Amino acid sequence: MSSTDVSKMNPTAAKPKINIAGLLIEGRAFGALLVIIIFFSLMSPNYLTISNLLIMSSHVAIYGILAIGMLLVILTGGIDLSVGSVLGLAGIIAGFLMQGITINAFGVILYPPVWAVTVMTLAFGAFLGSITGVLVAYLRVPSFVATLGILYVARGIALLITNGLTYNNLGGNETYGNTGFDWLGFNRLFGIPVSVIILALLAAVFGIILARSAFGRWIYATGGNQRAAELSGVPVPFVHICVYALSGMLASVAGLVLSSQLTSAGPTAGFTYEMIAIAAVVIGGASLNGGRGNVRGTMLGAFVIGFLSDGLVIIGVSAYWQTVFTGAVIVLAVLLNSLQYGGKRF
Amino acid sequence: MDTSILPVSEPETSEIVLSARNVAKTFGSIQALKGVNFDVRRGQVTALFGENGAGKSTLMKILSGVYKPTSGTIILDGEPIEFDSSTDARNHGISIIHQELSLAPNMTVRDNIFMGREIRTMKGVDFAEEERQCRLLLAELEENIDPKTKVEDLRLGQQQIVEIARALSVNSRILIMDEPTSALSASEVEVLFKVIRDLKSRGVSIVYISHHLEEALQITDHAVVLRDGNMTAYAPRGDIDLEWIVRHMVGEHFNLGAPPTGYEFGDIVLKVGEVTVVDATGNQKLVDELSLDVRAGEIVCIYGLMGAGRTELLECLAGRLVARHGQVHLNGRDITRASIAERIAEGLVLVPEDRQRDGLVQTMTIGQNLSLASLLRLVRGLFTSRRLEREHVDNAIRRTTVKAGSPDHLIGSLSGGNQQKVVIGKMWSTNPKAILLDEPSRGIDIGAKAEVFRLLAEGAREGLAVLYTTSEVGECLSVAHRIIVMHKGKISAEFGSDVTKARIMAASGEAVVH
Repeated sequence: MSSTDVSKMNPTAAKPKINIAGLLIEGRAFGALLVIIIFFSLMSPNYLTISNLLIMSSHVAIYGILAIGMLLVILTGGIDLSVGSVLGLAGIIAGFLMQGITINAFGVILYPPVWAVTVMTLAFGAFLGSITGVLVAYLRVPSFVATLGILYVARGIALLITNGLTYNNLGGNETYGNTGFDWLGFNRLFGIPVSVIILALLAAVFGIILARSAFGRWIYATGGNQRAAELSGVPVPFVHICVYALSGMLASVAGLVLSSQLTSAGPTAGFTYEMIAIAAVVIGGASLNGGRGNVRGTMLGAFVIGFLSDGLVIIGVSAYWQTVFTGAVIVLAVLLNSLQYGGKRF
Repeated sequence: MDTSILPVSEPETSEIVLSARNVAKTFGSIQALKGVNFDVRRGQVTALFGENGAGKSTLMKILSGVYKPTSGTIILDGEPIEFDSSTDARNHGISIIHQELSLAPNMTVRDNIFMGREIRTMKGVDFAEEERQCRLLLAELEENIDPKTKVEDLRLGQQQIVEIARALSVNSRILIMDEPTSALSASEVEVLFKVIRDLKSRGVSIVYISHHLEEALQITDHAVVLRDGNMTAYAPRGDIDLEWIVRHMVGEHFNLGAPPTGYEFGDIVLKVGEVTVVDATGNQKLVDELSLDVRAGEIVCIYGLMGAGRTELLECLAGRLVARHGQVHLNGRDITRASIAERIAEGLVLVPEDRQRDGLVQTMTIGQNLSLASLLRLVRGLFTSRRLEREHVDNAIRRTTVKAGSPDHLIGSLSGGNQQKVVIGKMWSTNPKAILLDEPSRGIDIGAKAEVFRLLAEGAREGLAVLYTTSEVGECLSVAHRIIVMHKGKISAEFGSDVTKARIMAASGEAVVH
């Protein structure tokens, strides 16, 4: 039987059923996003303008990049509480490298170019993540505990490096040849902020990996039933290490983008961002038990949270109320998820 | 089924305290009990016999209020009654000792025995009084356990004693024991029997379920046999013997096929050399220096009771459990240290016993489950080829005759038998040289069973080495060329396909001939 026969046979039979369920989940987040946009457009004439949408999107980019990494971890049935701290530490590492590395033996100060700073920062994030991965995969430490530990360690290291202060001068210096760090946060390509383009690229890449590659299928299988995955020859420890390393690396990307947007890196940057990332994943219809969820939903979740909190700022609602609203949206989303999955734990 | 032997009239002196009439129970599409009559007599032991899945545990759970019957009535002291819960049943004097221990391992013996019924005073729980009663109970059971020991620090047999003590402590009129001796030593069984006789003299009625037929015959006054959810026979102890029980238990089974013939076996594919597997604590040998060979085209069946070490052996061969010592060779290559994935690539695969826990990914579709073990072979470039995957899935579905609307439906939409075929198809489609199946017929209906065994026969004919386990004697005598009986981690006997059921059961320790 050729593949064309089969694909012609099946769309009517099965595809719609899967997609209707999927669309309902994603449609809910999409519906929420529409409601948010319509509501705030009515409340403020400035909300629905191209420039404001782009500004809000560049805020969403931070959450969205974190949420992609979080999604990978949650799909395997784990959780990564360390992403906020790793984001903060990544900014500090970048700031530290931008100030130049003093090598006393030779009495020189090395100023690595921006690309090298970026590569080193990302590698550091991936390294931190893979520590979590090893703890989870081989030492059977629950991911909640392992990443809680990394959360504190990373934050502590960030404070140690900076002594609690902030790196302000990330612009670089022409004479040292390390300018260009603010490109990530300020520049635009075709009128779109670079951070938003990075988010779109990452979302596309990880969306395809999850949907089409063997590695993506392994992630879903590990989260759906780890024992069955193991017995089917899925290299479960490898999958665990990879998802935590990727999550750490994506947190570093977010850290670079954020410190570039602020042209400064503070040791407390990204505080409690892990919760926003988890919220985005959950609002996007993923199951905290693992095995269910996708990048599209997670992106919608990130936009719901970002557009909601920025909207509240624009119409002048106090920051305290923003927190209350965000919490209510999360609970509502999870509630709907549990209804969607037909009585099963969400 | 011979309905004339149902216990409708009551010629004996002892009165019936508890009885079930036409009790049926269905779970989804599975009929576990199909209208069973069952009587418990005052001060007597009634033994219930039947193979796995015959409905024994279901019936006992109905009598003790754990389940509600789908239809039929329960009569206690001549009055129809409905139990809301097991607590309700316990308040009516009915207690059950479950097959799976239901103790809290982190708590002491005393706290477990009085769990939910703590002796309360104004000053809180009266631990001293609890401890005193606890000591009395344990003394009665001739077990020297300190009431303040944590349950997790006790041997399995001692834990079972604690479970029995708990049931005795509520002064039940009717005590149901589901496999109470499975973890007990011979001397502990003697003590238990003494306690049972003592209870009988006090007018307590006992329902006794055991796979150890001889043992049950020693203690029982009546025997009832269940098969496939029906009651097939009833008789007082005086009228029966071991042979009678086995005959009614096993019955004339649905034809599960015959060993495939007409070809020569090939070389030895799977060679197991003195493999030992120990439990988590490292003290107890679950598989004890076991050796066996399986040739290409040969079907070998391992029969054994629960705890014989069958599952541990297969999980060790598949790479999930580490062998303490011994070697495993596949086609002459040493794979003792290989990972699960490496073994699958070499051609050794396992279809696990518990398909929900170990076999299926419930969040994925039928097709995704079927291709899971073969994904890397379907990769072209960076991604899995949709065309190849579709072909792979279609082949697997055709091969294992899975009845599915579409491979894109969730795996949970299939019946148990078809889910089992998906698990088999998933591993089979990796093109193995040897396939291990742990209780492949567990929880599937008789038609699906026959199809599974037909698949095994087909595979063997094509040169596959097949090793499967079962705890139902009837399934040993289906497609297997050779039957190996396992008992306490060792091979206790080996037979050709012409062996009788009684001999297999004797070798498994089920019916020890003294």
